[in-house]
Amino acid sequence: MARIQHTAGVFDIRNVIGGLIGLYGIILTLMGLFGDEEGDKTGDVNANLWAGLMMLVFGIAFVTWARWRPVVVQVDETEPPADPGHDPGHDAG
Amino acid sequence: MLSPTVLASTIIDASPVDYLIVFLYFAVVLGIGLLARRQISDSLDFFLSGRSLPAWVTGLAFISANLGAVEIMGMSANGAQFGIPTVHYFWIGAIPAMLFLGVVMMPFYYGSKVRSVPEFMFRRFGTGAHLVNAISFAVAQLLIAGINLFLLASIVHALLGWPQWLTLIIAAAIVLSYITLGGLSAAIYNEVLQFFVIVAALLPLTLIGLHRIGGWSGLKDGITSAADAHPDAMAPAADQLNSWPGTALTGFSSDFLSVVGIVFGLGFVLSFGYWTTNFVEVQRAMASNSLSSARKAPIIGSFPKMFVPFITILPGMIAAVLVTEVAHVKAGESVAGGSSGDGVTFNDSLLYLMRDVLPNGLLGVAIAGLLAAFMAGMAANVSAFNTVWSYDLWQRYIVKDREDSYYLVVGRIATVAAVVIAIFTAGLASNYTNIMNYLQTLFGFFNAPLFATFIVGMFWKRMTPTAGWVGLVSGTLAAVIVGIASEDALGSLSQGWIGISGQGASFVAAGAAFVVDLVLSVVVSGFTEPKPADELRGLVYSETPREDLVDPHEKTYPWYQRTLPLAGISLVLVIILNVIF
Repeated sequence: MARIQHTAGVFDIRNVIGGLIGLYGIILTLMGLFGDEEGDKTGDVNANLWAGLMMLVFGIAFVTWARWRPVVVQVDETEPPADPGHDPGHDAG
Repeated sequence: MLSPTVLASTIIDASPVDYLIVFLYFAVVLGIGLLARRQISDSLDFFLSGRSLPAWVTGLAFISANLGAVEIMGMSANGAQFGIPTVHYFWIGAIPAMLFLGVVMMPFYYGSKVRSVPEFMFRRFGTGAHLVNAISFAVAQLLIAGINLFLLASIVHALLGWPQWLTLIIAAAIVLSYITLGGLSAAIYNEVLQFFVIVAALLPLTLIGLHRIGGWSGLKDGITSAADAHPDAMAPAADQLNSWPGTALTGFSSDFLSVVGIVFGLGFVLSFGYWTTNFVEVQRAMASNSLSSARKAPIIGSFPKMFVPFITILPGMIAAVLVTEVAHVKAGESVAGGSSGDGVTFNDSLLYLMRDVLPNGLLGVAIAGLLAAFMAGMAANVSAFNTVWSYDLWQRYIVKDREDSYYLVVGRIATVAAVVIAIFTAGLASNYTNIMNYLQTLFGFFNAPLFATFIVGMFWKRMTPTAGWVGLVSGTLAAVIVGIASEDALGSLSQGWIGISGQGASFVAAGAAFVVDLVLSVVVSGFTEPKPADELRGLVYSETPREDLVDPHEKTYPWYQRTLPLAGISLVLVIILNVIF
């Protein structure tokens, strides 16, 4: 029972991380393009734009990783003899 | 959304975009709690995530649980004050201890199927040592959660101007809802997310700060000229820019003693005690899906951990040059303001650096990162507390032999109670700041002898149950006595009988605890009865078959997924870092 729930519960943390950081990337990129650059603080670098683009790339990379290798948990558990002696939670359930 | 009552004197000026970024973070945190809830089916799910998480998740959670705001603020404060020697907390302290945990100790923890570190104590030494460990751990977690919450409230108050009580309740409610909903899985997933948000917050801060100051050479010049101008107030530039011998950090006048103090006191006793026996950390690794993953969790965590100094200590050093207020504090002056309201301290370094270099937008990410750090630190304490409370205290001593669902309910109630107690502790902390500091030092003393007891217990089958608790109690007492004899480790309680102070005093106290624990464990074992050998399988090295200590699947993995090669790479990297700096 527990085993089925764990493999079926597909909420991949990589999508969540990639989504949030990517969203931050979009907001910061827009701030960098249209907002006040505040060069006196950053030493005349458009910090929002650069940081935003980096976060966007990071976010896309994480989501792509999640698509490319879906759910690591599932991969580990489909190995046939998944640690019979070391997996009390699943064997009990 | 919330409309904050902005004080005239908030440290930073947050814009609606910054609030949007912070709000998005909270929405995702709560979303994780709701999603994780669908997966909870029994108490093992709630307390140990059903032992189902992959190694990179538990590895990042392993360091995130420790990368709370107290750590971030504390390490940047040390960076501002002492400079590079602060890296010893990472490269001599944390990393070797994490590798040791993964390579040597984790097979005993994971393989013996205990659900907590105190439970290992119980199996190895019986009731006495178990009670000492479980109770001191549980109380310390409540206290630390409260201190976290108090610092969070005072920083949000200083940054955004919200009243402290409002911040207390909002932060507590958010932590409470995602842990009671999602249990340890939610806490761990949020810790992993928090890790990335913290990096996204601190990395731009460091890079822009470094750019403003003229790069690494600009930083060195700034520190050098400040140190030359104020030789009374701060350590010489050479001490601040090189990690060894670290006399600025230890306060010892002898180079040799300083190195010994760092390697033995900080590295061997304090850090090994903390990283290998603290259930907050070990619980993350225990949630892994196999013995191999459990062993790799601290080892994988060691890779990002060794680079954390570059985004915590380095911005602290930058702030001490770039930020006027912090530079004045470092020069020995007192400056009004700061997050506490009673004057700027080194703890405020990051906040002021954020104010000075981050534009709106990135500022929001930085605030979200700090809040993330506070809440994750607190969540880690609460989720470790509820496990120890439910399994080690309630189930073992108070209400035994009930069905599993009963203990799941106990765990949820313990979570609510822990958060409520933390709110009260936070209120207490706001009135008695100093007392809280010393209590925290005191709980550090409980940690110091643990490593001695564990390591002797794991490798010497003759060590008796009596020796277990006698060692712990006497080691703690030894640390307290050194603390009282020192100049300032326990505040006004300290008598100044021996001339040690600051970090050096806590290294000596930890060393004393270790030696006393070790000696008394051996002596007491000499005339008390050991446990029969057949009860020690899986708990003591010589009584455990070799095949129980390794994961049978490990051989089939490519080299870069095996425990020992990974630990070797990490060790080489950290030695290189030690040589460079």
